[in-house]
Amino acid sequence: MDVSQYLDIFIEESKEHLQSLNEHILILEKEPENEETINEIFRAAHSLKGMAGTMGYQKMQHLTHDMENVFSEIRNGKMKVTSDLIDVLFKGLDALENYLANIQTDGTEGDQEYTDIIDALKEILDKGLGKSTAPSEKVSAQKVTTAVPENVGKNKFKALKLEDHEKKAIAKATSLNLDVVGMTIYIREDCVLKGARAFMINKVLEEHGEIIKLYPGAQDLEDEKFDFDFSAFIITKETPENLINYVMAVSEVKEVVADYVRLEESELNSYLTALRQEEGGFSAAKTENKDSSKEGTQNHQKQASKPIANRSVRVDIEKLDVLMNLVSELIIAKNSIVSYSSAFDQQANVDFFDQIEYLERITSNLHESVMKVRMVPIETVVNRFPRMIRDLSKTLGKEMELYMTGEDTELDRTVIDEIGDPLMHLLRNAADHGLESREERISLGKNPVGSIYLNAYQDGNNVVIEVKDDGRGIDIENVKKVAIERGVITPEQAEKMSEREIIDILFMPSFSTSKKVSDISGRGVGLDVVKTKIEALGGEVEAKSKLHEGTTFIIRLPLTLAIMQALMVKLSSEKYALPLGNIQTVELVGKNEIKVVNNTEVLNLRGTIIPIIRLGDILDCEKTEEQDELYVVVVKKGDRLAGLVVDELLGQYEIVIKSIGKHIKAHKIVSGATILGNGEIALILDVNSLI
Amino acid sequence: MQIIDVKLGNDLYGIEIKYINSIIVMQNITRVPKAQPYYLGVINLRGEVVPVMSLRRRLGLEDDVFTPATRILVIKPEDSSEPVGLVVDEVNEVITLEKNDIENINYEEKDNTAEFSAGIGKYGQDLINILNIPAIIGK
Repeated sequence: MDVSQYLDIFIEESKEHLQSLNEHILILEKEPENEETINEIFRAAHSLKGMAGTMGYQKMQHLTHDMENVFSEIRNGKMKVTSDLIDVLFKGLDALENYLANIQTDGTEGDQEYTDIIDALKEILDKGLGKSTAPSEKVSAQKVTTAVPENVGKNKFKALKLEDHEKKAIAKATSLNLDVVGMTIYIREDCVLKGARAFMINKVLEEHGEIIKLYPGAQDLEDEKFDFDFSAFIITKETPENLINYVMAVSEVKEVVADYVRLEESELNSYLTALRQEEGGFSAAKTENKDSSKEGTQNHQKQASKPIANRSVRVDIEKLDVLMNLVSELIIAKNSIVSYSSAFDQQANVDFFDQIEYLERITSNLHESVMKVRMVPIETVVNRFPRMIRDLSKTLGKEMELYMTGEDTELDRTVIDEIGDPLMHLLRNAADHGLESREERISLGKNPVGSIYLNAYQDGNNVVIEVKDDGRGIDIENVKKVAIERGVITPEQAEKMSEREIIDILFMPSFSTSKKVSDISGRGVGLDVVKTKIEALGGEVEAKSKLHEGTTFIIRLPLTLAIMQALMVKLSSEKYALPLGNIQTVELVGKNEIKVVNNTEVLNLRGTIIPIIRLGDILDCEKTEEQDELYVVVVKKGDRLAGLVVDELLGQYEIVIKSIGKHIKAHKIVSGATILGNGEIALILDVNSLI
Repeated sequence: MQIIDVKLGNDLYGIEIKYINSIIVMQNITRVPKAQPYYLGVINLRGEVVPVMSLRRRLGLEDDVFTPATRILVIKPEDSSEPVGLVVDEVNEVITLEKNDIENINYEEKDNTAEFSAGIGKYGQDLINILNIPAIIGK
């Protein structure tokens, strides 16, 4: 069967299952008794195994099968969750992710056997079940005596030892007035496909009841790890004779023996009472679980709400891009029509203008909708961070907790793909450099468990992501020292630099004040790559810090990539676009109101002093005659204000953002270009970089 | 190879056809502040924003004087790369040159425009300086 056409689906769904496993095993670590989590894990592992098997990826299938065995025992209550187990499980997950990554790149699983993980799983399984570590080829969840006493003769099933849960099942069946029949089926020795034959026999049996036990187990039957007979116990209403007849109807069956299987009276009663207790206790445990899950972490809430049917469609990203481009062109065309329409007499053509307005509304709505389609909650990127912090915590030997808020904040799809690495780096930095060791923290009177915060929220036209830690903060003097030592700045420059500027040095290439280079960070390639990547996305990053209290990295990313509202202005004869999101107000001030303080021009705006920036000078525009009254556009970034002097205001427009490409290396204030209604190009200014 | 023969001042330059996407007449160029000096700015090419370079400035010649004959060559160093426009004074014709019509001349190392030339082609009485487009456009 050619399964290559299903490869994409397989990879997507496997990723989802692996992610689910990651999340749930994390929960399991904190709540080892959580039934829902255990069931979810079992389901995910089981699905993964099935998919891997269908696609022919045997290594994945076997590893998942081994993990599933362990979960099965935990689910049956025969094993407890230990922290060793959790570690091995995570290792197993990593191995599975490696297999998947290999499959993605070259279609095969790769050569890794991960025998150490498989052995570790086996060991835990044996230890957990109290069995001595006996070497065995098969990892079988069912333990039965292998010797069949002679006096049972053909009825091998009678000699089989029944497990606790199997006996419970028999008791339950009895209480429901059903019988349990044990059978031993002998397949003809000349049968070629024993596995297939056994499968068919079991199918027939399933039509008449429920199989509660197979010896050898189902997997072994499939793998043909048996001679020519196997036994089955089924709950049924049929008589043993009838069942024998049904099975004999299957070809290549030599002989079948069957008989009722009943528990001794005493055993039966004890199981029945145990059952009743359990059912009473089970529902109590369930409600307990539900309560704890309600007050639990957000992870838990997400888990509980999962069963609600998810009506969603997978869409190819390319199709979204095409859609986005078409909407952009539509808006450009609409802008052209609007600008030509201004030539018509408004009074005479009322209907025409009504339609133009209608068209504008529709295109705006269309644009908004398409943007929403491309928006993805940040959750998809950050959901692997708790696991990463946990691993870091163990590797670094520091206790730390990650607190995340705003996972539902949405970003454009293309940004989401790129933002993961920078965030991961900042988190690792915080864990490695920011947080002090346990001893240090205690001696400083801090909570021995370090805290790292990841907050995401919308602020105007931007999405802000903060990575905060309550560690040692940035030592400004140390940075100055190292910078001077490395010749990055001179001592004179260091004197004049503000705290912000010193911190910005950290973002320079190859700069690191860390004395140790670890696997995690310290090589000095991190922060500048973070900055470059974020700026490439049209955003910016800055750092705030307080010595001994902690450091905060603030990342700002533009919310919409392609279309935005802008204020068009004129600087001498050139037109420029200012993003509306930053603009607070527009003022008309007399030129005498601008004062000079400390070599900087400032304006007293209704009580607040804001710096004045002459845009025309920064952009090397032609000097124009100084007017008596100036237009000042007041812009805001975070809590900082500034006033930009422009020559003329042209109005508010919806513009399509076009990139000016990578060849022109302009001032960083130029963030793009837009095509106006009449075909002219106006450059878009990112004022954030000025404030 | 086939080249397009263009004129800058009195000199002839050649650009391999494979790089040329289209040739358009001169149009308004929007200045981009603080860009490299040899970039005149950007133009609107059927809805796309395309940077435009002055070949004269890039090669260290006298500055452009725009005439009705001035053309912009839209160049694509590779099929998948972004287009860049090059301003030339005049566009002549397509010429086919044989390999042995082209000579490589060693320039002095101090001449930093040397890398922009991919050889000198002989065409009748004229010498055509064949331009190394990837070097001119840069990465």
